Amino acid sequence: MEIKGYSHKFGDDVNTDYIISGKYKFSTIDMDELSVHLMEDLRPNFYNEIKKGDFIVAGENFGCGSSREQAPLVIKHAGISAVIATSFARIFYRNSINIGLPLVEVPTDNIDEGDLLTVDLEKGIVKNHTKDEVLKIKSLPKVMLKILQSGGLVNYYKKYGTLELID
Amino acid sequence: MSTYKTISEKIFSDHLGRDVEAGEIVIVDVDFMMGQDGTTPLAIKTFENVGAKKVANPEKVAFIIDHNAPSPSEKVSALHKLMRDFSNNYGTKFYDIGEGICHQLIPEKGHALPGQIVIGADSHTCTYGAINCFSTGVGSTDLAIAMASGKLWFKVPQSVKIVLEGSLSTGVYSKDVALYIVKNLTANGATYKAVEFEGPVIDNLSVEARFTISNMSVEMGAKVGLMKLDEKAENWVKERTDKPFKSYEPDEGAKYEKIYKFDVSDLEPQIAEPHAVDNVSPISEVEGVPIHQGLLGTCTNGRIEDLRIAASILKGKKIHNGVRLIVAPSSKDTLLKAMNEGIIQTLVQAGATVVAPGCGPCVGTHNGVPSDGENVISTANRNFKGRMGNNKAFIYLGSPATVAASCIEGKIADPRKYL
Repeated sequence: MEIKGYSHKFGDDVNTDYIISGKYKFSTIDMDELSVHLMEDLRPNFYNEIKKGDFIVAGENFGCGSSREQAPLVIKHAGISAVIATSFARIFYRNSINIGLPLVEVPTDNIDEGDLLTVDLEKGIVKNHTKDEVLKIKSLPKVMLKILQSGGLVNYYKKYGTLELID
Repeated sequence: MSTYKTISEKIFSDHLGRDVEAGEIVIVDVDFMMGQDGTTPLAIKTFENVGAKKVANPEKVAFIIDHNAPSPSEKVSALHKLMRDFSNNYGTKFYDIGEGICHQLIPEKGHALPGQIVIGADSHTCTYGAINCFSTGVGSTDLAIAMASGKLWFKVPQSVKIVLEGSLSTGVYSKDVALYIVKNLTANGATYKAVEFEGPVIDNLSVEARFTISNMSVEMGAKVGLMKLDEKAENWVKERTDKPFKSYEPDEGAKYEKIYKFDVSDLEPQIAEPHAVDNVSPISEVEGVPIHQGLLGTCTNGRIEDLRIAASILKGKKIHNGVRLIVAPSSKDTLLKAMNEGIIQTLVQAGATVVAPGCGPCVGTHNGVPSDGENVISTANRNFKGRMGNNKAFIYLGSPATVAASCIEGKIADPRKYL
């Protein structure tokens, strides 16, 4: 499955409070209401710059901070198809897979704002059309891939009725 | 398979009844799970989406309303009601407003015990590692699936060891040590890893002070911040539960990805400057920065010992004109102790405002949002831009003693001159 879109580039240590500020995320679980505030402390109006299928591209430790699943949920809800980063924080990583948001771990130094990218999760590559470059994705543990392919942990659990089959 | 194991490998092996080592993905029974008001409403929604009819073990689940407590708006009230109703219907444990912060309550009420595997839908669930419990933060979907099935999947983590040597000087506390470690390892220095803390510095700390260090392990990306269970910690736990428990020590020869050694004998009080927790400097380099608000509390430093330290500095003094000092005790028990000991009186007389036990202003919802351009000195664990509700404010982190001294002077001040 190939996903194509443009890069929106962020730096290192993008934390969950930047993704969706605490002042919003406690008062509602309505993602329509929350997603318009995506990244607004770092880049006001970011939500309106996103075209469906685009990527968030960042450096090290993306998603550090809170355990709140609202963070990957608003990213997905805003139309971002995957997050591409050099590395991810643990809980965010887990939450994203659980809700079915693909995360792609590759060195991102050479990806710039606005680059046109294709992500192929099965082949495990990111193609940067603007830079004419191919990057190899660090492979996901089997269990995570299975959850992701099911569309998230809820679908996985519904499909198998248990966690036991996961291996 | 290595015969020598880390604490994490031992806890997972015992739970599964077979030998496991770091890197393996396993499904285990969760001993206890909790969610707070920022994460539980989504978990409830997910639990319903899954089509679950009952909570597998309601006695192993607790919901705590601490982040937005008491509710500041009708929208928040609706989410709180959702939690209360769910808890009533499914028989899970429930701690309502004013009871305190989840990370204080879970160990304080004897829900997290040594040797157990505990999850919490809050990133600072790594805190209970201080009593030898494998406790880690997860998201709402994980909590929902664990409520439905009683189990969750984990990757048994690689471990790193941090040995703290020497002894702390007067006026230097576990918070200063935690900030110093985060500075040295950086914000992602232990990502996905279990950290094991040991050494004479840990041995000499009170159990409360140890919680502060384990609490901040997640600020370097760690899954849990584990410590051995010595007699002091064992007694602490036994005062809170009659249930049996087992503790685990790492084997001599266990495999660590890295071992760090820090001698903290010459450490001075530390300050994390805006807007990153690993942006840490000794106080001598930050002294004099004007401040407008102080925050004493949070799951890092809102315990009775922390309030005692602050009160000892503020006794008979007044906070600086133009500074607000907000105090949020970590639990009802902490508040009652502080009242009995006259600490609340001391703090209020000095000019502090006491708010309900809970997370208070740390998460930026209510109870003390700073204004544009203002500087805050806080005992919390995070100083991200916008963290306290205003992205044009600046948050500095320090120990309770540093917060108290700074509130007296109206600028970041070295607490050692008040001791």
